[in-house]
Amino acid sequence: MAERLLTFSIFRYNPNTPEIKPYMQEYKLEEMPGMTLFVALNKIREEQDPSLMFDFVCRAAICGSCAMLVNGKPRLACKTLTKDLPSRITLLPLPVFKLVGDLSVDTGTWFRHMSLKTEAWIHTTKEFDPQAREERMDNETALKIYEAERCIECGCCIAGCATANIREDFIGAAGINRVARFMVDPRDERSPQEYFEVVGTEEGTFGCVGLMACEDNCPMGLPLQMQLAYVRRRMAAAGLAARPQTRAC
Amino acid sequence: MSVYQTHTTDVLVIGAGLAGERTAIEAATHGLDVIILSLVPPRRSHSTAAQGGMQASLGNCAMGYGDNPDIHFEDTVKGSDWGCDQDVARLFANTAPIAVRQMAYWGVPWNRVVAGRKTLPDGREIEDLKEYEGLITARDFGGTAKWRTCYTSDGTGHTLQYTMDSIVIKMGITVHDRMEAIALIHDGENCYGAVARCLRTGQLHAYLARSTVIATGGYGRLYGVSTNAVINEGSGMFLALETGVVPLGNMEAVQFHPTGMVPVGILITEGARGDGGYLLDKNLHRFMPDYEPKKKELASRDVVSRRMIQHIRKGYGVESKWGPHLWLDIRHLGRKHIYTNLREIANICKNFAGIDPAKDLIPVRPTQHYSMGGVRTNIDGHAYGLKGLFAVGEAACWDLHGFNRLGGNSLAETIVAGMVVGKKVAEYTLGAALDCPLKLVDEHVKRQENRINDLISGRLGKENVYELRKQMEDTLMEYVGIFRNGPDLQKAVDKLQELYRRSLRLGLRSSGKYASPELASALRLPGMIRLALCIAYGALNRTESRGSHAREDYPYRDDVNWLKRTLAYWPPGAELPLLKYEPVKITELPPGDRGYGESSAANAARTETAHDKEGNNG
Ligand SMILES: Cc1cc2nc3c(=O)[nH]c(=O)nc-3n(C[C@H](O)[C@H](O)[C@H](O)COP(=O)(O)OP(=O)(O)OC[C@H]3O[C@@H](n4cnc5c(N)ncnc54)[C@H](O)[C@@H]3O)c2cc1C
Ligand code: FES
Repeated sequence: MAERLLTFSIFRYNPNTPEIKPYMQEYKLEEMPGMTLFVALNKIREEQDPSLMFDFVCRAAICGSCAMLVNGKPRLACKTLTKDLPSRITLLPLPVFKLVGDLSVDTGTWFRHMSLKTEAWIHTTKEFDPQAREERMDNETALKIYEAERCIECGCCIAGCATANIREDFIGAAGINRVARFMVDPRDERSPQEYFEVVGTEEGTFGCVGLMACEDNCPMGLPLQMQLAYVRRRMAAAGLAARPQTRAC
Repeated sequence: MSVYQTHTTDVLVIGAGLAGERTAIEAATHGLDVIILSLVPPRRSHSTAAQGGMQASLGNCAMGYGDNPDIHFEDTVKGSDWGCDQDVARLFANTAPIAVRQMAYWGVPWNRVVAGRKTLPDGREIEDLKEYEGLITARDFGGTAKWRTCYTSDGTGHTLQYTMDSIVIKMGITVHDRMEAIALIHDGENCYGAVARCLRTGQLHAYLARSTVIATGGYGRLYGVSTNAVINEGSGMFLALETGVVPLGNMEAVQFHPTGMVPVGILITEGARGDGGYLLDKNLHRFMPDYEPKKKELASRDVVSRRMIQHIRKGYGVESKWGPHLWLDIRHLGRKHIYTNLREIANICKNFAGIDPAKDLIPVRPTQHYSMGGVRTNIDGHAYGLKGLFAVGEAACWDLHGFNRLGGNSLAETIVAGMVVGKKVAEYTLGAALDCPLKLVDEHVKRQENRINDLISGRLGKENVYELRKQMEDTLMEYVGIFRNGPDLQKAVDKLQELYRRSLRLGLRSSGKYASPELASALRLPGMIRLALCIAYGALNRTESRGSHAREDYPYRDDVNWLKRTLAYWPPGAELPLLKYEPVKITELPPGDRGYGESSAANAARTETAHDKEGNNG
């Protein structure tokens, strides 16, 4: 395999030193067989520039830490191979999220806020009985819940979303998917009305303008648009059901 | 005068993986204030990466009928090669079913029993009964008498961690992420909390607490190649060790997996070999039949790992920029089989190496996988040596796993220990006052400030953190791997001591200011090398083979002299750990044969010796 000389153009900015304006810095690196951006960025940091900031944790496309804009597209850097890219590679931090420095962004705070806002935990009035056998569940249902729970909170869908880029409080595809996860779960006792209050707004399902970038960018291949449609359908039903009551009072 | 922020709480939990979060939930349930620190958002913790499952003897699936805590206990003790404390194993096995059910109540979508007849891959017919339909099912894992490993498809760790974290969020427990504990605050008797460095700003913080819990996970990244996340650097363990009074237990017990993909170390499951994959050397020779004529590639994990390293050492490894490796060949299974039955492997190959296993060979090498050793605690999770300090999860040596951990028992440990230890933490905390002299806090922060200033100014030297670190990783890989022997371990100890001295003279090349990643690495390195020395020196002194610890020069388990646990201390100013020993607790099951055939280290060693003899004769 002919080895290329790669040129990385990387966004540099440290919010702790606002007097130094953001700039792009170039690094050269010899490509190696099987090289991922994880390998490349670590080589650059260890051999050329120990100040470079970026995030990896699992380096196996499981934890969602390493999303960044790779030649303009939100991608997991750990599973991006250099051989699939041209020899000039531009790396920028994900938009929408607060910048920690260089390629590192604070997705954690954003997702925690989203979880709080959507109350993303099981709402139940039942008590746990340590002596009792578990409640039964149909395996099909269990698999359905798991399918909706596969989101790794990497933020690729949010970064590529036109609404999230202009509307700070939009919960985005990840948020809507999270709501869908609890809607399909029979253990969650929230009524459609209660969900409606969480997502039946412009910050929720109605903020989406349907550009579909979320689904295209999802590294887990989650059916985000289908989830949106599902939640909207349930919202519409809840909205209709709510009307007579409103008239009554 | 130092500038730092101070936070006071009842319970400080360092680490937001499954073990840390479960402990925090338990303590908070008792009405205590809890702060959790984590390097990363909780959901990015390494626990998320576990795919296989969590053991609990529910006995709901056909191959699990009749399972109960007694059998789980027995499997765990045998698995540990009699290195565990049996009172802990008993408590664990009894509590695991409750832990799994509580996770179901909180929201984990465990796979469920579907009634009906099924044919297993080996042709056996089984039937799941209607009366168990909808209850939590289980899959098969190595070393268990019954199918006992509860799972959610291939995302068990993910669903457990997300569910656990949802309860942490719901309860309003405070989490400070991107906050790294860099020292414990203590006076040699009591632990009062920790000094931490913010990974956003570089600022120092002092956390004062009535009790402190280490839940920082394993140390896989001491080894050059590991299946672990890159943040698993054993930091909680070296913080405890640095106190001089808290020992680490059984650090020489390190588990390896045969087929981590080179260079990234991502796991290629055993399924590849199970379905008929071969291992090849640099001459494309299939070497396993030479060593293990009967079982070939399907000898047990530790045996295959040992053979691969042995073969590489003889000079048959494929040279690469990342060091020598071997090949895994599944091409002969055919494109159709690979892209249906082994799709996961095909995806990993494509995503992380850019190769197509239907036409390319897969570079593999035995890879560090799990750390059985850690902060030595009693059955309540209380660390030896310091009041008010606890440890849970992979960071702890509780000691449930002894010298070999069974798959599925570590996820179960994180949650069971979190429940048990969390309760003990709460009891302790409710009876403890926070009377930490502020002068002590100042001193501890000052010491860290000085370390940081020395690194930034380069006053003590110009050693390069990444170079030393690489040498430490290589030393462990080469001399403290799967096969061990006296001369090699001695080499490792000598080399690591040299690296340790040099690591006290690091100098940065960047400014080291704010959230500097180079500074973070430099602060960790001396502690990591100390852990490496505990592993190597402990292994050198343990002159027997037990579980994952396989000595070529002492191939048998030696219960007469070694039915005991290593305790490694680091006295102030030392350049080697001080080793002490304590007996393991045997309450129910006296030492005997593990009954694993070749997977037992002792038996494997016996066959190895026999082969060598055959070789000599022939
Ligand atoms: C690839 C792989 C697959 C696995 N599969 C299985 C399986 O199927 N079944 C099974 O039982 N086990 C499995 N294991 C093992 C199991 O996943 C781990 O042992 C377990 O998840 C460890 O959990 P923990 O809570 O102890 O630590 P972790 O999940 O590693 O969490 C550690 C936490 O500590 C924090 N931390 C670390 N240092 C500091 C510091 N200095 N300051 C502040 N915070 C800090 C981190 O941010 C993190 O939040 C697997 C392991 C690997 C590597
Ligand atoms: S590092 Fe975990 S997803 Fe990339």
